[in-house]
Amino acid sequence: MRYLPHSATERADMLGVIGAANIEALFSAVPRSAFRSFTLDLPDHQPEFSVEAHMRALAGKNHAGGDGPFFIGAGAYRHHVPATVDHLIQRSEWLTAYTPYQPEISQGTLQMLFEFQTQVAKLTGMDVANASLYDGSTATAEAVLMARRLTRRDKIVLSGGLHPHYRDVVKAYLKDDADLVCLSPSPEGQGDIFDHIDATTAAIVIQTPDFYGHLRNLQAAADAAHAQGALLIVVVTEIVSLGLLEAPGALGADIVVAEGQSLGNALNFGGPYLGLMATRKEFIRQMPGRLCGETVDAEGRRGFVLTLSTREQHIRREKATSNICTNSGLCALAFSIHLSLLGEAGFTRLARLNHANASKLADALAAVPGVNVLNGTFFNEMTIRVPQPAAALVERLARRGILAGVPASRLLPNDPSVANLIVLAATELTSEGDIAALAAALTEELA
Amino acid sequence: MTTKFTPDHEYIRVEGSTGIVGITRFAQEQLGDIVFVELPAVGKVLNKGDEAAVVESVKAASEIYAPVSGTVTEVNEALSGEPGLINQDPTAGGWMFKLAISDASELDGLLDDAAYAEMTK
Amino acid sequence: MSMNTQGRPTGIGTAAAPVNGSALLPDEPLLFEIGDTNHSGVDLPEVDISTDRLGGFGRKMPLDLAGLTEPEAMRHYVRLSRLNHSIDGGMYPLGSCTMKHNPRLNEKMARLPGFADIHPLQPVSTVQGALEMMEELSQWLMALTNTAAVALSPKAGAHGELLGMMAIKAAQEARGEAHRTVVLVPESAHGTNPATAAFLGYSVRAVPARADGTVDVEAVKAALSPEVAAIMLTNPNTCGLFEPQVIEIAEAVHAAGAFFYCDGANFNAIMGVVRPGDLGIDAMHINLHKTFSTPHGGGGPGAGPVVLSAALAPFAPVPFIRKGAAGLDLVEHAEDNALGRVTAFHGQMGMYVRALTYMLSHGRDGLAQAAEDAVLNANYVKARLQHVFSVPFPDHPAMHEALFDDSFLKGTGVTTLDFAKALIDEGFHPMTMYFPLVVHGAMLVEPTESESRQTLDSFCDVMLELAEDARAGKVERFTAAPLKAPRRRLDETRAARQPILKWEKPEAMPRAAE
Repeated sequence: MRYLPHSATERADMLGVIGAANIEALFSAVPRSAFRSFTLDLPDHQPEFSVEAHMRALAGKNHAGGDGPFFIGAGAYRHHVPATVDHLIQRSEWLTAYTPYQPEISQGTLQMLFEFQTQVAKLTGMDVANASLYDGSTATAEAVLMARRLTRRDKIVLSGGLHPHYRDVVKAYLKDDADLVCLSPSPEGQGDIFDHIDATTAAIVIQTPDFYGHLRNLQAAADAAHAQGALLIVVVTEIVSLGLLEAPGALGADIVVAEGQSLGNALNFGGPYLGLMATRKEFIRQMPGRLCGETVDAEGRRGFVLTLSTREQHIRREKATSNICTNSGLCALAFSIHLSLLGEAGFTRLARLNHANASKLADALAAVPGVNVLNGTFFNEMTIRVPQPAAALVERLARRGILAGVPASRLLPNDPSVANLIVLAATELTSEGDIAALAAALTEELA
Repeated sequence: MTTKFTPDHEYIRVEGSTGIVGITRFAQEQLGDIVFVELPAVGKVLNKGDEAAVVESVKAASEIYAPVSGTVTEVNEALSGEPGLINQDPTAGGWMFKLAISDASELDGLLDDAAYAEMTK
Repeated sequence: MSMNTQGRPTGIGTAAAPVNGSALLPDEPLLFEIGDTNHSGVDLPEVDISTDRLGGFGRKMPLDLAGLTEPEAMRHYVRLSRLNHSIDGGMYPLGSCTMKHNPRLNEKMARLPGFADIHPLQPVSTVQGALEMMEELSQWLMALTNTAAVALSPKAGAHGELLGMMAIKAAQEARGEAHRTVVLVPESAHGTNPATAAFLGYSVRAVPARADGTVDVEAVKAALSPEVAAIMLTNPNTCGLFEPQVIEIAEAVHAAGAFFYCDGANFNAIMGVVRPGDLGIDAMHINLHKTFSTPHGGGGPGAGPVVLSAALAPFAPVPFIRKGAAGLDLVEHAEDNALGRVTAFHGQMGMYVRALTYMLSHGRDGLAQAAEDAVLNANYVKARLQHVFSVPFPDHPAMHEALFDDSFLKGTGVTTLDFAKALIDEGFHPMTMYFPLVVHGAMLVEPTESESRQTLDSFCDVMLELAEDARAGKVERFTAAPLKAPRRRLDETRAARQPILKWEKPEAMPRAAE
C-alpha cells in the first residue's frame, strides 16, 4: 500500500519491542462489541490509475466554466489566475506546512501572512487586517458578533442588497434573535436602511457592489450609523472592485469583511474560499482569527510571530472572541502571490478591464428586446429583468452551452418579485464573442 | 496599613476604608511577561469573588477576582501603556485598582503574610 | 485570580554564539521592500473607461500595492518557502494534529477543470458529477462511522463543532427541552469545545478525569440532570487513550435526555476498525485535514463535515443532496429546516475531492491498516521512550498518540518549551506542547502511520539523547535553542505589547539642522 511504509516483518518486530502479542492487544480498551465487528460496504484499495479514472469520470460529467460563454458571479467570480500562483502553492514547504506555532521554523508562512495582512489593510483602507477567516459569509457573521461586543448593543440591520447566503449565515449564527432586522431584497438598488438605525443599533451591514451589482453610498451610511453610535460593517464579495472603487476605510467603515476568492483561487464549486476582515486599530482585541505580528529574535533580527493569541480559543476557551482555530492559509498565500504579481498597476488595470467588459455586456443586454438592465451603476456585475421566469430561461441557455448568470429565484425562492431577475457578471475573461453569443441566444429564447 | 491575600493570589493593601488590589509577586512569576490588562470601570460595584479584571500574558489569560466587596474608586491608568509594571513591581507600581470597601469583616477571611507564604512555598 | 496552566514561560532564551546560517537561506526582505507599484508580473490590455458607470464612487485613496514581475515573484516566494518546515521535509510528531503524508494524486484530481472550474450556482443539471462526488464521499463517511446522515458544509473542525452543537440545540428545542442550558466538557478537551458551547449560550461544566487519564464515568453520571443538553467528548481522548466506558457514558447521557457530541479530531486511531455510531454518538465532526490527508497549507483551509445519528438527522443544515426525478438535486432551502445554512454555497469542494481520492486509494482495508499502523507507531515511540520520559497515564496502551509530562525534567532547569526548541536543532518539528492542560508541561507525540521505522528510531534516539543531556545538567543546549533554525527564539512579549500588524513605510530621514 503506497502510503504505508511498514512491511509485515517490521510490524511484527515493532510489536515485539512494544511487548504486545498482536495489534489487537493495543486496542484492548475498545469494547469487544465495537472492535472490528462489522464489514464495510466499501471497496478495497486501488492503484492510482484506477482512482484517477474514477475521479475523471465524475469530473467529466460537469460543464466547466471554460467550456463555453460564462456569466455567473453572485459572490464567486471566474478570473484568470497566473500559472505562477498554482505552481508556487504546490511547493512542499507551502502546501504541507503546519500552522506557524513554532515561529523559528515557520518564518516563510509568517512573513507571507504579514505581507497578506498589509495587502488587505491597503485594499480596504483600514488600520489592521487578520490572517484570514474561512470565507466572506462567516466573516460577515463574525463581524456582526464583534460589533455587538464592541458597542454592547444588540440590534443589527442587514441591507436588502446583502448576498442572500450571507444573510442566511448571519441568521443561523444569531438564531432566533429578535434584534436582527433583515431588509427586503433590493434589486433596484433601493434601500431604507437609514430609517432603521436608532440608539439600540450595534451595526448596519451594507454590501457594495451589492448582490444585484449596484454601488452603494458608503459615506452616507457611515454618517447615518455614527450619528447614532452604531458601527458600519461593509461587505465586499468581489475584491477586484477595490481596484476601481473607493476604499471603505476612506468612507467611514468600522469593519470591512470580504470574500477574497477572486484573486489566486479557482471557483472550486464553492470552496475552499478566503474570508478577509479588516478593522480600526482600537478594535483589534475584539477581532477574531489569527494575527501575525513583527518582532525581533534573540539576536535582534526581524522576525514574525502569531500574536494577541489570548483572544483565541486555545487560550481563552469559553471566553474566546470566537471558536475559530483554522484559517484559510493556502488560499491566503495564493491571494497574496496573485496580488504581488499584479501590483498596483496591474490590479487597477484588471479592475478597469472588468468594468469595461461589464459595460459592453450591459449595452449588449439592453439591446435585446424584452431585456431590462436594472443597474445605473455597477462594477462588473448587473441584474436584468426578463419577461418570463428566469430560472427556466437560464436552464434552456445552459442546454445551449451558455452559463448565463444566476436566476435570483435560486437564492430567493419564496420571493415572487425576483422571479424574472437574472444576475450576471463579466470579468477580464469575458470575450466579445461570449457576449455576442449570449445576446443572440437570449434574443432567440425571448422571441 | 495591612496587606491580606486571597488563595487565588490577589493581594489587598488596606488603607483606612480603601483597599488597593493587585496580584502577588508569585502570581506574576507564574504568568510570565504581562502584555495587557483589562481593568474594571470606575464606579463598578463588585461583590467578593466577582471577576474584576483580566491579566494577559503571551500564552495565558487570567481572571482577577475581587478579594472583598466594594466599589471601584480608581484604576491604574499606567498599566495600559506599560503592562510590564505588574512584573517589575507588582505591589507598588503594578497596583491594579482601588476599592471602597463595603464590608470590612470580609477581610478577616483572607490570608495574612505568613499564611500566604506557607501556601506558596 | 485563576491560574491558567497554559502559562508557559516566555522570554527569548539565553545568548549564545550564533551559528553560521546556510547560504541557501539568506534573509528575504518584505514584498514592499523589493516591489514597486509600477511593476507587474501580469500582462493585461489597457482599456479606456472615461465614461464609466461608477456613480462617482471611484477610488481616490492610493492603493500603494507593491508589484513583482514573474521572476522576482518566483524568487521571493521560493526563498520564503525555504524558511518553513513541512511534512514533505520532515516529521511533525504533533499530537492531535495528525500530520500524515499529503498524497499528490489528491492535488492532481482537485485541479481537474471539471472540479476546479465549476461555479456553485451553475444549474444543477450541469454539475451532476460534482453532486455524485459529494454523495460518494458522504457514503464513505457514513459507512466508516455507522451514522444516518452527514452535513458536509462546515469549513473546518471548529465550524463542524458549531454545526453539531447547533443541531443538538435545535433538537432539544424541538423536544420542548430548551431549558437545558448546560453542556458537560472534560477538562482535557480542546479549547474549541468550550468555546463552541459558550458561543451558543450554554454554560460549560467541567468533568474531571480519573487517575488513569480517562473520563470519570461516575462524575459524568452525577453531573447529568434535566439541565444538561449534551456532553462533548473526544474519543480517543486528548491524552491519547480510548475511553473504555464510552458506551456506558452514551447510554447514561441518552437516558438523561441529553445528546452525545464527539470531537472526531482523533478519528485516525480507529477509522475502519471502530465505528463511532456503534458507541452511541449523536454527532461527530471529522477533520478532513487530519484524518483524510488534505494538506494543512500553513494553517488552512480545513474541512469539518459532521456525521449525525438518526435522532439528529432531521436537524442537518442546508444544503444537502437528494435523489430527484432527473438525477441528483441540491436542496438549498427547506421551509422547516431548523438550522438554515452555516456557510455560503456548498462547502469545501476542493477538500472533498482530495479526501475521496485518498479514501479510494486506501480502500476500506487500507484505512483500517492505516489506523492500526498509527496506533502501532505511537506505542512503539512510547515503548522506546517510557523508561526515561514520564508517562502520566501508563495503565492503558496509547492509541495513535503518546502523552508524556515534564516530571522527568524536574530539577534540570529545562522546561518542556526548552526541550522542544532543542528538538528543532535536531531537525524535528516539536511535538504538541502544554496540551492537554490536565498534565503539567505536556508533550503529546503523534507520529501517524506515514512514518517509517527508521524515522521513528531516529526520532526516539534524538529524544533519548536530549533527555540524557537535560538530566546531565547541560542546560544551555536547551535554553539557547534553537541555534540552527532561520531565527532564534522570538520576542513574543514585544509582539503582544507593541503590536505591529502590517508594514508601514519608514519615515523619510529628517534633514539635519545646518
